[in-house]
Amino acid sequence: MEQNGRAENAVVVRNLVKVYGKEKTAVDHVSFSVKPGEIFGLIGPDGAGKTSIFRVLTTLLLPDGGSATVDGLDVVKDYKQIRNRVGYMPGKFSLYQDLSVEENLNFFATVFDTTVEANYHLIKEIYDQLEPFKKRRAGKLSGGMKQKLALCCALIHKPVVLFLDEPTTGVDPVSRKEFWEMLKQLKTQNITIVVSTPYMDEANMCDEIALIQSGRLLSVDTPGNIVKSYPEQLYAVKADNMHKLLKLLRSYDKVMNSYAFGEFAHVSFKDPQVNISEVTDYLKQEGLADIELRTTAVTIEDSFIKLL
Amino acid sequence: MSEAVITTDKLTKRFGDFVAVSEISFEVDKGEIFGFLGANGAGKTTAMRMLCGLSIPSSGKATIAGFDVYKQTEQIKKNIGYMSQKFSLYEDLTVLENIRFFGGIYGLTDKQIKTKSDQLINQLGLQQEVKKLVVSLPLGWKQKLSFSVAVLHEPKIVFLDEPTGGVDPVTRRQFWDLIYDAADRGVTIFVTTHYMDEAEYCNRISIMVDGVIKALDTPRKLKDNFHAANMDEVFYELARGAKRSE
Repeated sequence: MEQNGRAENAVVVRNLVKVYGKEKTAVDHVSFSVKPGEIFGLIGPDGAGKTSIFRVLTTLLLPDGGSATVDGLDVVKDYKQIRNRVGYMPGKFSLYQDLSVEENLNFFATVFDTTVEANYHLIKEIYDQLEPFKKRRAGKLSGGMKQKLALCCALIHKPVVLFLDEPTTGVDPVSRKEFWEMLKQLKTQNITIVVSTPYMDEANMCDEIALIQSGRLLSVDTPGNIVKSYPEQLYAVKADNMHKLLKLLRSYDKVMNSYAFGEFAHVSFKDPQVNISEVTDYLKQEGLADIELRTTAVTIEDSFIKLL
Repeated sequence: MSEAVITTDKLTKRFGDFVAVSEISFEVDKGEIFGFLGANGAGKTTAMRMLCGLSIPSSGKATIAGFDVYKQTEQIKKNIGYMSQKFSLYEDLTVLENIRFFGGIYGLTDKQIKTKSDQLINQLGLQQEVKKLVVSLPLGWKQKLSFSVAVLHEPKIVFLDEPTGGVDPVTRRQFWDLIYDAADRGVTIFVTTHYMDEAEYCNRISIMVDGVIKALDTPRKLKDNFHAANMDEVFYELARGAKRSE
């Protein structure tokens, strides 16, 4: 298992099961592994089981079935060692609101028996932006700043694996981009990152992803392979009336699948040899104008919809 | 002729020295789907609270469904629907109880409530769930039910504050079907979202940065004006210079 003092896989999850109460199966036989130094994304909506998986891996919750290791250590037997080796940023703001920025950071460093100075290089780029506010109470920070501080606190003991549970949920697109830039920086420091998100477009920032829904994995692979395995040719179509276009496509017998996708509707056809001009004619006949129909590249969101 | 159901003129809200919303002016037409976008902390929530009659402006003018935001806040509340990701339904009431509760609040008669709830349950395919507590429903169903409840009293305008956050891609689209249907019935939709593909589903969009409306147009024109391939790029171009965050 150990290679050069480092486990072959940073995280291994085998047939993991977590059940709440009698019926609520939050995690249903989930298996995946994360290679050291990669960014691994758990992509799925609320209620998919992402947080339960994170809590098992950070040893805050016992699994009801299956097993898991983090840095080669068992989440049940070796929980104390794991806690020293992981950083965890939960979905909800986790800092001490009444402590200042500086105090929070010192507190987390001390708990892990280290100092802010020892690993300052890891957080420097992020902390530089917080420095002007270091005397401010964490509770008084803006949302983006809180998020940056939480990331610093999760990093200050130089974890082997960093777990980030929905760090970008409810965050505007500009701040989301900034956050992913920070993660890319961290990757160069050789920290393994496991991150969850409900935003499908963030999947492409990961080396490998698991698509998850209702406690079950739909697919685990690189984002590139997942879109490549999409079985049909996908088309993008638009017209002067989107709502009408969607309704028409849904009732058109040649269509296998159709749904809105931003400015366009995405469509796949039952017959791979479909005659595109026939489709365009049909839409025209039904009263649509300005019709544009062309092939389009599959995205992770298309794959997710297909797998549901 | 288009008929404006929301009109604002230099609408402003100050908190002490802080100008949360600064002189925003725009109109939204009947049956329009209007996307109200902005970075975190741009002032969207404050602006929405004024439009809903929940917060009295510091200066400027606005009328909602013909009612004044200073003096006629109670009439405004009767003529709008509101739903957000955070507040929607009472989780420890059943599906049916929630519908009856909100119907009652909005002053529908028992008979209207009965007709409306039958209609709604059929439309959403919730026949099996009517007697279940809302807490036991999947998030996507809750959001769809919550939207339907927000338009139960046939308001002129419905305000949706990030209605699809955290919802799976299929349910998100079903949700937009409900929005389109309501707009077809003449309900005006005023919606905020962080999903830029959803911005494309709106007839027009405004983008707010640091309390000011920086751009307002159709998605097509915004993309043309900013030479952008998609709304994501437009948003990024406008919001990246933002000084405020929430």
